[in-house]
Amino acid sequence: MAKIKGAVVIDKELCKGCGLCIVACPANVLGHSGEVNGKGYDYVKMVNPDACVGCASCGTVCPDSVITVYKVKI
Amino acid sequence: MADIDIKDIIKEENIVYKKSSILLDKVMHYCPGCSHGVTHKLIAEVIEEMGIQDQTIGVSPVGCSVFAYNYLNVDFQEAAHGRAPAVATAIKRLLPDKYVFTYQGDGDLASIGAAEILHACNRGEHIVCIFVNNAIYGMTGGQMAPTTLVGMKTATTPYGRDVDRNGYPMKITELIAQLPGTCYVTRQSVETAAAVRKTKKAIRKAFENQRDKKGTSFIEVVSTCNSGWKVDPVKANKWMEDHMFKFYPLGDLKDSTRDNPADYEQYIKD
Ligand SMILES: Cc1ncc(C[n+]2csc(CCOP(=O)(O)OP(=O)(O)O)c2C)c(N)n1
Ligand code: SF4
Ligand code: SF4
Ligand SMILES: [Mg+2]
Repeated sequence: MAKIKGAVVIDKELCKGCGLCIVACPANVLGHSGEVNGKGYDYVKMVNPDACVGCASCGTVCPDSVITVYKVKI
Repeated sequence: MADIDIKDIIKEENIVYKKSSILLDKVMHYCPGCSHGVTHKLIAEVIEEMGIQDQTIGVSPVGCSVFAYNYLNVDFQEAAHGRAPAVATAIKRLLPDKYVFTYQGDGDLASIGAAEILHACNRGEHIVCIFVNNAIYGMTGGQMAPTTLVGMKTATTPYGRDVDRNGYPMKITELIAQLPGTCYVTRQSVETAAAVRKTKKAIRKAFENQRDKKGTSFIEVVSTCNSGWKVDPVKANKWMEDHMFKFYPLGDLKDSTRDNPADYEQYIKD
């Protein structure tokens, strides 16, 4: 059976750590990294990458357009 | 368990979502989580998808979005506080083949600029008006706006907005929907992926209305100003859903074409 797999790339220097993508993700893929970027923001990263289905909910709500979303069928 | 390596997913050909090419590579000055950023990118995506970058002229307001021209790669004119619809009127009349849109906050549009927006909509100018209603003057430090809810605490209503002292919150979008010059009046939001997609559709429709000379299209985006409201971005969205949406219900208020001028000629006939 074909499976959908996704992944996201977050520009960690441009992320403002607002957390809107974290709550938008239906698969709980994202979380704060616990580290700060050059601007002092606790940027977001994939904390549960295997769960990503590439739905792009995170990218869609990101006010700073710093998320690129990828999706494949396997 | 992953049955494919992440490196094999992250490839150009697998991209399903990325930053619009109409957005410039400048870091937006907005606070983390501000609704302005989402609204900007939707305008960018619509301009990109319609292929009208060279034909579009934006008019930016005074307010936090004063620098919209720094982020969207289209021609722009900055207007004096509240005057964006008047400036857009001039641009559209001089350059009728261009797509002209205004972008305004609630302080700019519903307060100092109330006359300009009502009359532009009443004239039925063929423009798109985007109205970001975060119920506060964000830029100047969170003062009360005409749209501030009763009981809402702001810098100038520290005990909450009080009708006897501060007047009623204004549903400017409902007023605008009454005007014969408008063709499309809608209230949307950008707090969830589904809401963002709906708002994008509304913006697309508004630009198409302008192309088809249907009249003025007006899109309110019920928004947050987490800095002004003094809550974090996620809580701000929740507060908006729980309180703002009750007073400012989402949905279309009008979807047609502006009134036919001929229907107005009967009154002084004979
Ligand atoms: C003529 C004039 N009066 C007052 C101001 C001060 N001022 C700047 S922005 C603003 C209101 C901004 O609020 P809003 O339009 O809601 O935008 P937001 O920042 O909330 O997006 C005011 C009153 C000004 N710049 N010019
Ligand atoms: S929505 Fe965007 S800016 Fe906000 S935390 Fe997520 S990636 Fe960062
Ligand atoms: S003050 Fe409010 S409206 Fe202005 S950028 Fe910050 S969150 Fe956005
Ligand atoms: Mg405002």
